[in-house]
Amino acid sequence: MADVKTLTHLERLEAESIHILREVVAEAEKPVMLYSVGKDSAVMLHLARKAFYPSPPPFPLLHVDTTWKFQEMYKLRDRMAQESGMELLVYHNQEAMDRGINPFDHGALHTDMWKTEGLKQALNLYGFDAAFGGARRDEEKSRAKERIFSFRTASHGWDPKNQRPELWNLYNARKNKGESIRIFPISNWTELDIWQYIHLNDVPIVPLYFADERPTVERDGMLLMVDDDRFPLMPGETPVMRSIRFRTLGCYPLTGAVESTAKTLPEVIQETLLTTTSERQGRAIDKDAGGAGMEKKKQEGYF
Amino acid sequence: MTDTLTDPIYKTDALIAEDIDAYLKVHEYKTMLRFITCGSVDDGKSTLIGRLLYDSKMIFEDQLAALEADSKKVGTQGQEIDFALLVDGLAAEREQGITIDVAYRFFGTEKRKFIVADTPGHEQYTRNMVTGASTADLAVILIDARKGILTQTRRHSYLAHLIGIRNIVLAVNKMDLVGYDQAVFDRIVKDYTEFARSIGITAFTPMPISGFKGDNITGPSANTPWYTGPALIEHLEMVEVNSAADADKPFRMAVQWVNRPNLDFRGFSGQIATGSVRPGDAIRVLPSGKTSTITRIVTLNGDLNEAVAGQSVTLCFADEVDCSRGDVIAVCDNPPQVADQFEATIVWMADEEMLPGRSYWLKIGTQTVTATVQQPKYQVNVNTMEQLAAKTLELNAIGVANLSTDKQIVFEPYEANRTLGGFILIDKITNATVAAGMLHFSLRRAQNVHWQATDVSRDFHAGLKNQKAAVLWFTGLSGAGKSTIANLVEKRLARMNRHTFLLDGDNVRHGLNKDLGFTDADRVENIRRVGEVAKLMTDAGLIVITAFISPFRAERDMVRQMMQPGEFIEVHIDSTLADAEARDVKGLYKKARAGQLKNFTGIDSPYEAPEDPEIRIDTADMTAEEAAEAIVARLIP
Repeated sequence: MADVKTLTHLERLEAESIHILREVVAEAEKPVMLYSVGKDSAVMLHLARKAFYPSPPPFPLLHVDTTWKFQEMYKLRDRMAQESGMELLVYHNQEAMDRGINPFDHGALHTDMWKTEGLKQALNLYGFDAAFGGARRDEEKSRAKERIFSFRTASHGWDPKNQRPELWNLYNARKNKGESIRIFPISNWTELDIWQYIHLNDVPIVPLYFADERPTVERDGMLLMVDDDRFPLMPGETPVMRSIRFRTLGCYPLTGAVESTAKTLPEVIQETLLTTTSERQGRAIDKDAGGAGMEKKKQEGYF
Repeated sequence: MTDTLTDPIYKTDALIAEDIDAYLKVHEYKTMLRFITCGSVDDGKSTLIGRLLYDSKMIFEDQLAALEADSKKVGTQGQEIDFALLVDGLAAEREQGITIDVAYRFFGTEKRKFIVADTPGHEQYTRNMVTGASTADLAVILIDARKGILTQTRRHSYLAHLIGIRNIVLAVNKMDLVGYDQAVFDRIVKDYTEFARSIGITAFTPMPISGFKGDNITGPSANTPWYTGPALIEHLEMVEVNSAADADKPFRMAVQWVNRPNLDFRGFSGQIATGSVRPGDAIRVLPSGKTSTITRIVTLNGDLNEAVAGQSVTLCFADEVDCSRGDVIAVCDNPPQVADQFEATIVWMADEEMLPGRSYWLKIGTQTVTATVQQPKYQVNVNTMEQLAAKTLELNAIGVANLSTDKQIVFEPYEANRTLGGFILIDKITNATVAAGMLHFSLRRAQNVHWQATDVSRDFHAGLKNQKAAVLWFTGLSGAGKSTIANLVEKRLARMNRHTFLLDGDNVRHGLNKDLGFTDADRVENIRRVGEVAKLMTDAGLIVITAFISPFRAERDMVRQMMQPGEFIEVHIDSTLADAEARDVKGLYKKARAGQLKNFTGIDSPYEAPEDPEIRIDTADMTAEEAAEAIVARLIP
């Protein structure tokens, strides 16, 4: 084993994340944790439980739902809320619901209304002034430049050129009237760190991350899973059983699967390390609006 | 493309495919190094980082495909891969071909995981570099071999050293463009050695590299047989990280949060700044000085036998000792100091210049207090390291100044402890982080000047005069009628046998404040002094009336904080600029409009109206007599 005085990379990352979680709880009036049920959310929730143990994390979980997540995600979400002893708030954008906005017919509008608008509405409704999110800097170019404490205007916009300098581990959590803060406690984690941490700490994750025989169709070069009977099949399309798993989880009609036989965490990690494509490659959302897709979405208030 | 680009030197570890469990075991114990790269686009900084990511297989096929397409479209390397495109993240940066902000990149080798803070090199981004350097264990200072040591090399080295980085790599880049000539390398190293010594850098590691061609990045290059030192990655894998050095220092932990799930448990949560702690250790809580013993180190995975610098933990004490957020838990027989006056280096990070005398929030560790900074002793020219006289600090300026806090804080010199010596200053109105600073030492006078207790109390003084002390603080534009109304108010109060004193703006500037001008900094100091005088007068039981433009909200709030609750009554003499200018009793507006009077409030200097004054007098609605009557009625109902 390594010298006890030199922390491992995961120990350093864990300590940093816990420090951030506690700073927010100490300084914000009404924090909330955005919980998307994915592996990053799973790690962030686990870190929160560690940060405040033996107290339960002193804030609720908020799931901004689109009604189009995988069934397995809803199951794990409810289980984790119960195990952690935290209040679970689920928010649906009523307008999106009424207009029947869905990923098959509405494309980018689906993400915009359910997620971006839904998130803004939920934060306004409950009056949360600080929201934890599980974004990582290694995911995407504009995220690499975002602060850990990211300030949003009253209309939830992000101004990348006007960010507060963050020195040492000193975070300035003071906000102006109407402003809110998005806080990213796992900013400095990489995809591999997340997997290794899940492995070492037995963090519960959605079974969809592991390979299994699942009904799929191939569309626009993506392998989609037919998770329920709302999936409209094109003429000539029939679901085919394939051994697949997911590297990231979102709305099932927007999330591409990879063919895989990795049934255990070490196998998943092995595959991750040997893969030749980046994690978000399976996400349709990043491809909107060209190279600056995510930067533009963030300016509009997307997490 | 060269061969190395399609065939990374850092092959994926064979263990991954053969025995993933064994691989994970090895990687569980990897350490982490955070470093910063300093240099400008011209030095090939982005190319170097892109190269590090590429060689350690952190660029995937889909990203590489996008990169290749972008390189041909907007790249600066002809048909070859432009790694800079991979690193410059914001749309504005890609368009303008510059790096605006700090970006963090991640890569790993078999021995270590790395976080690189990539910061821009130009002087106008000094604050970004300081930010990136604040969390770094090491700095890579890039030099273009064709150009040698430039002004910016000196600036980057000075800043890295200032922020406390002790591992410095001098990467002499673009060696391919000077034919891998050892003489070029040796000359640059010799020049740098001389300079480094002059600013206190005692050791650094020079290496000849080419980020573009890949020489001496991951292993020895055949092109530089004369170089026997380590390749860049090899060096990064070997150097000691800060937290390892911190573990050998005395124990200190700033309390972030008190953990109280129920009446039976009380724990103190924080991240250990330095040293280590075990159950049974005797500790002292600062600033109170109370002592106790550690009983448990609590975590979700069970209690620990020991915790070290860098870890986030929850500690339990044997005794019911008062301890809350902002306090520091330290080893009992070697605690940190407590003081309220300091000398510090300050890096100014806001567009608005520093105002000596203005109060800012100061955050250090988990303590937040009010602080005022004095006029700088000097400013450092970051290009030449010369010390220059300065009245203030502007954006990106670095200076040394004394500062004082309204409460005692627990601290250590920055050199000894980054957590208890590094601070940020926050503007109280905009909430922006306006500066970063490093404490040098506490000032002797803070320790030797004590508050002398007196027996005749302030209440007794006021009681003798049969009144309650108060400050009627008039604020408003020049010519609004402050002095006129204040004078009428004092006359009325005098007729009622009240003991008063009128401090008038112009009169004070003839004596106490005759050394002050009308710049923002001098206006702040003007109000600070008047506030202190008014405070002494309220201690003597007087009703103080002040008539100053006092244009800034921050200073009026500062004076309000000096007084007892309820004693400060802000009176806004509210007149439109047009009305005040039409009145122009002293002919000042005319001069200001003619450009003969600089920094005139309302013309070329701002007036920040009170948001919620106790009394507001609209001069369009009332005569001066009516106004005076209303104010007196409010004071003595």
